[in-house]
Amino acid sequence: MADYNPMELMICVAARNLEDGATVVVGTGAPCAAAMLAQKTHSPNLTIMFEAGGVAPFLPSMPISVGDSRTFHKAILASSMPDVMETCQRGMVDYTFLGGAQIDMYGNINSTMIGDNHARPKVRFPGSGGANDLASLCWRTMMMTPQDAKRFTEKCDFITSPGYLQGGNSRYEAGLPKGTGPYRIITNMAIMGFDEISKRMKVLSVNPGYDREDIQANCGFELMWADRLTDTEPPHADELRILREQVDPHRYIIGR
Amino acid sequence: MSNPVELKEGRNQLFSDPDADAARQFFRQKSRAMVNKVTTVREAVKTLLKDGDYIAIGGFGANRIPTAVLHEIARQGKKNLAFAGHTSTHDMQILVGGGCIDRLDIAYIIGLEARGLSPSSRRAVESGNIKLTEWTNATLSWRLKAAAMGLSFLPARNILGTDTFNYSAAKEILCPFTGQKYAAYPALYPDFAAIHVHECDVYGNARVLGASVSDQDLARASKRVVLTTERIIPNDEIRHTPHATFIPFWCVDAVVEVPFGSYPGNMPYEYFSDEEHLREWLTVEKDPEEFRKFYRKQILDTKDFYEYLELNGGIERILKLRAIENLVANNKEK
Repeated sequence: MADYNPMELMICVAARNLEDGATVVVGTGAPCAAAMLAQKTHSPNLTIMFEAGGVAPFLPSMPISVGDSRTFHKAILASSMPDVMETCQRGMVDYTFLGGAQIDMYGNINSTMIGDNHARPKVRFPGSGGANDLASLCWRTMMMTPQDAKRFTEKCDFITSPGYLQGGNSRYEAGLPKGTGPYRIITNMAIMGFDEISKRMKVLSVNPGYDREDIQANCGFELMWADRLTDTEPPHADELRILREQVDPHRYIIGR
Repeated sequence: MSNPVELKEGRNQLFSDPDADAARQFFRQKSRAMVNKVTTVREAVKTLLKDGDYIAIGGFGANRIPTAVLHEIARQGKKNLAFAGHTSTHDMQILVGGGCIDRLDIAYIIGLEARGLSPSSRRAVESGNIKLTEWTNATLSWRLKAAAMGLSFLPARNILGTDTFNYSAAKEILCPFTGQKYAAYPALYPDFAAIHVHECDVYGNARVLGASVSDQDLARASKRVVLTTERIIPNDEIRHTPHATFIPFWCVDAVVEVPFGSYPGNMPYEYFSDEEHLREWLTVEKDPEEFRKFYRKQILDTKDFYEYLELNGGIERILKLRAIENLVANNKEK
């Protein structure tokens, strides 16, 4: 029935969360596609930033590296990593997107390793890169990810990037900037936010084709549910057209 | 008065000395003479880098990297190096393939961003044979900035509360003015840095176009610096536009003209990355024996960077990559 795939849905939902005039630091792949889509639809004045120093480019195509030439093509600023990260630290960056192998109920993310011995990991991933920095310092962190019970885990093997740490006020007590933290987790099944007090992950809306049982069954911890659970609005025809024709015509991302 | 706050410390090893006075003693004796520093890659690596040194590489993994110097480090069989893994992708592949590294400050390694993961870098890090200390991209940038400022540390507000902190060598401190908790990062003064630039004069006054990553601080923080450059320009040009000087001569020990020197990496406004060749690395690396042969043929058995470039298509290949960079070609390949 649906004439879109889960990746297209996640990118369209993510794009809707980026309002006009906001600033966002993105990596390669789906986050970059979401930012480009937002810019070509409702947010022409979205400032897209890359951690190696590219700020507000006209992206001619999807970058393959967050430091390649595309990230500052016809840009406002070709700056440096410390400048971009310090802009985040000053509180001037609204959004960022992260990925990872594991996420827990407080939105803590693991992109470092699987195993219990840091010196001899079972599986090693690239590590933080700028992920921890952006999760620590941008106001709102989002994640787009397929959902399953292994990835949505009771306990991360390694907390690479901070969510709400142990919940409650623990994030700010640890010294991380007040008012920052995970904002939306966008999966193929649902859109989650976080409870205001406990900071636990809370389902806000259910994607077409799924129900509460599917969503809980594909999560390794107990989810909270919004009092007024809504249905996720599927991608609109014009969102899909722009995404397919202008943002990712070679289907590098949406073809995955 | 409330209970004193417990301040935590990362448990992993610090691979370099953050002491600011020790750094000043070194910089006191470093030459300030504005003399011709043009040399060869072979000579620069031989005289400026020794086994056991802490090294850092400019650019961003496969963007504006000093490939010729990286290859030469492997050819000369440099060993037991510590490495700043500050988005290190193709540079990491080369150094790991040569067995050059035994200590690693990790921010981002193994991955080649959207291209996928390097099987060989991954095997090396999972083997337990390389000592690992966790950091992040911003943290390593600020560690270099602390050194460039001539300090022993800088405070910042990231990594607190995470395992990235726990497995780093950072320490928590309190702000003497506000009581705010910060992570303190030890200054990083690398023994050796290599940076590829667009233009410099024979003295090492250099210009970089496009995103500069952390190289402005890296050049100032490092004890010995080699520049490879797309082209050497007259000193008059530098003096005509001094605001464009990105690295001044007194930071630089050696200058080598290496046109196309970031290949197979991207050089902004010059040529795009060779995605086919980088894909070949990732494929060949799956089999350690095949990779050893490939590495020998590509790097150890080539006499210099130009022979390597020739092996992979030479100037014709560069012209294609230049067209991709300038968005004038059929861009299918990317």
